[in-house]
Amino acid sequence: MAVLDINHLSISFGGLHAVDDFNVSIEKGCLYGLIGPNGAGKTTVFNLLTGVYKPTEGIIRLNGADITGKSTIEINKAGVARTFQNIRLFKGLTVLDNVKAGFHNHYQYSVLSGIFLLPRKRQMENSMNERSMEILKVFDLEREAGLLAGNLPYGKQRKLEIARAMATEPKLLLLDEPAAGMNPNETAELMETIRFVRDHFDLTILLIEHDMKLVSGICEELTVLNFGRVLAQGKTAAVLSDPEVITAYLGA
Amino acid sequence: MNKTEEYQNEILKKIKNKERLNIAITYVMVIAIYAIVQGLVTTGNISNLLKGILVPTCVYVIAAISLNLVVGFSGELSLGHAGFMCIGAFTSGFFSKAVGDGLPDGFRFFLAIVIGALFAGIVGMLIGIPVLRLKGDYLAIVTLAFGEIIKNLLNVVYMGLDSRGIHFSTKSSMDLGLESGGKKIIEGALGISKIPKNSTFTIGVILVLVTLFIVQNLIHSRAGRAIMSTRDNRIAAESIGIPVTRFKLMAFTVSAALAGMAGALYAHNIGKLNTSKFDYNMSILVLVFVVLGGIGNIRGSILAAIILTALPEMLRGLSDYRMLIYAVLLIAMMLFNWAPAALAFRERVREKLPFGRKKKEVE
Ligand SMILES: Nc1ncnc2c1ncn2[C@@H]1O[C@H](COP(=O)(O)OP(=O)(O)OP(=O)(O)O)[C@@H](O)[C@H]1O
Ligand SMILES: [Mg+2]
Repeated sequence: MAVLDINHLSISFGGLHAVDDFNVSIEKGCLYGLIGPNGAGKTTVFNLLTGVYKPTEGIIRLNGADITGKSTIEINKAGVARTFQNIRLFKGLTVLDNVKAGFHNHYQYSVLSGIFLLPRKRQMENSMNERSMEILKVFDLEREAGLLAGNLPYGKQRKLEIARAMATEPKLLLLDEPAAGMNPNETAELMETIRFVRDHFDLTILLIEHDMKLVSGICEELTVLNFGRVLAQGKTAAVLSDPEVITAYLGA
Repeated sequence: MNKTEEYQNEILKKIKNKERLNIAITYVMVIAIYAIVQGLVTTGNISNLLKGILVPTCVYVIAAISLNLVVGFSGELSLGHAGFMCIGAFTSGFFSKAVGDGLPDGFRFFLAIVIGALFAGIVGMLIGIPVLRLKGDYLAIVTLAFGEIIKNLLNVVYMGLDSRGIHFSTKSSMDLGLESGGKKIIEGALGISKIPKNSTFTIGVILVLVTLFIVQNLIHSRAGRAIMSTRDNRIAAESIGIPVTRFKLMAFTVSAALAGMAGALYAHNIGKLNTSKFDYNMSILVLVFVVLGGIGNIRGSILAAIILTALPEMLRGLSDYRMLIYAVLLIAMMLFNWAPAALAFRERVREKLPFGRKKKEVE
């Protein structure tokens, strides 16, 4: 069964059909790409998927369960995590605390245990610390664990966003332009990391990206959006050689 | 244990130690100040005027720390902190006077403080529930109104106690219809008089430490992380499943309860209580402490509250120049805490200190 199933998803802002009759089905374990020119509606799809916007029409199913219209918080609990095109870290918190915030619903203890330093607090904090360091290691951010997130260089901030999303233990991970602002070396490294987390954390990944090297390098399937509508869909190689895609997006 | 684990544990240990040190410094600072002042008092090196403001200073320190929880850590603006202090003062004062000699002094005072905090916390929660769902600075508007409303409401409250129970009126104390042996407790705009004067400097400092214990441990817990992540980025906090409204509400409620505790301390210091003191100016004054001490900086709040409460009293002899010096000091503190050059300077100094934080690292 598909992890993500989207049918007839649409939203308009005023007269603008930002997303218009969007359909996609993503199998478990797939690394799926969503591409298209600026303003095509890619980020809007993510916002619909995560409950930031409510669709005017359509159904979103996660592992068969309808999550359309649910709140962002419920959708995360159901197993969807994301990163943001314009980075949204908790800048005043440490790198470690950014990841630990992601564990919020997985290692719980009451406010009173927190204030009165009950044993459960120490247990949970210790487990969280260990797990967070494991995740940070995957993104090569261990050394920076004690720094404020806002003080990280740009490329590392992007990686920390993925690390924080991973801490929520998602089934489906949405990455909005993860390589934006990275140099070619960083991008190559990121491609490895994305593959690694997909394999080791039993994930399905949907990513938006403009860097065609990354897209053709790691995405198994693609959807191309243009003016809110699906222009092409299918295996990466086939989609990228589609003449319509070449004229509309890739350029001759 | 393998190498990576060892390395990770080392990093974690460093982070934890830094956090512990940061928390400990605050306690040590408060206790040191207490020891010095207490020393001055016992050796008679302190004027009566200053002695009179020791408890009020504790009141303001608690108020400033608690407001910082909302302003600095939860990222909301509250302009009605005096309103919560007022509730704490009146409910605790009412309790102490109603009970009278029915309970031993110490125990009665303890209960009064708990009651003051409880009522202020409940009211804080009732205000927060509708308001904190909204995005934007609605809390500032509502708390501003709340501070004024609570004052005006209390001004028309008359309450008394006799063998038949508690009597309530909004007209006058005559209207209460008390039996001959009954006692008036709240008398409208005159407020409450003859509240037992249980507050001492030592108790004030203990309450400051209690406040610190609650606020610092809260901040360094799961809830604290949720509160601060909501402050830093609400959308991202929701995206990782944090119920942002609940944690904003929690911070606001705890803050209101602590303000209520400060109010209880205040009420049992002077013995006489009316609403006029708990006005808009007091709310703003507490906010000034928080802003000048550095938003989100607990030690800063404490120092700002102490300096700005003690200073006007110490300068009383200079009469005309008093407000001038006060104003200059306000500006100096603001520059020291917020000017980029001053921040960079402090960063450099910290790096040189043995236990100072390194550049870019957190406290
Ligand atoms: N909240 C909103 N209100 C009005 N219009 C919006 C809103 N959000 C998005 N849009 C519009 O919807 C269209 C699609 O925007 P979207 O951000 O999804 O594009 P995108 O494909 O992510 O582009 P980019 O590659 O530049 O990130 C744009 O025209 C944008 O202006
Ligand atoms: Mg976008």
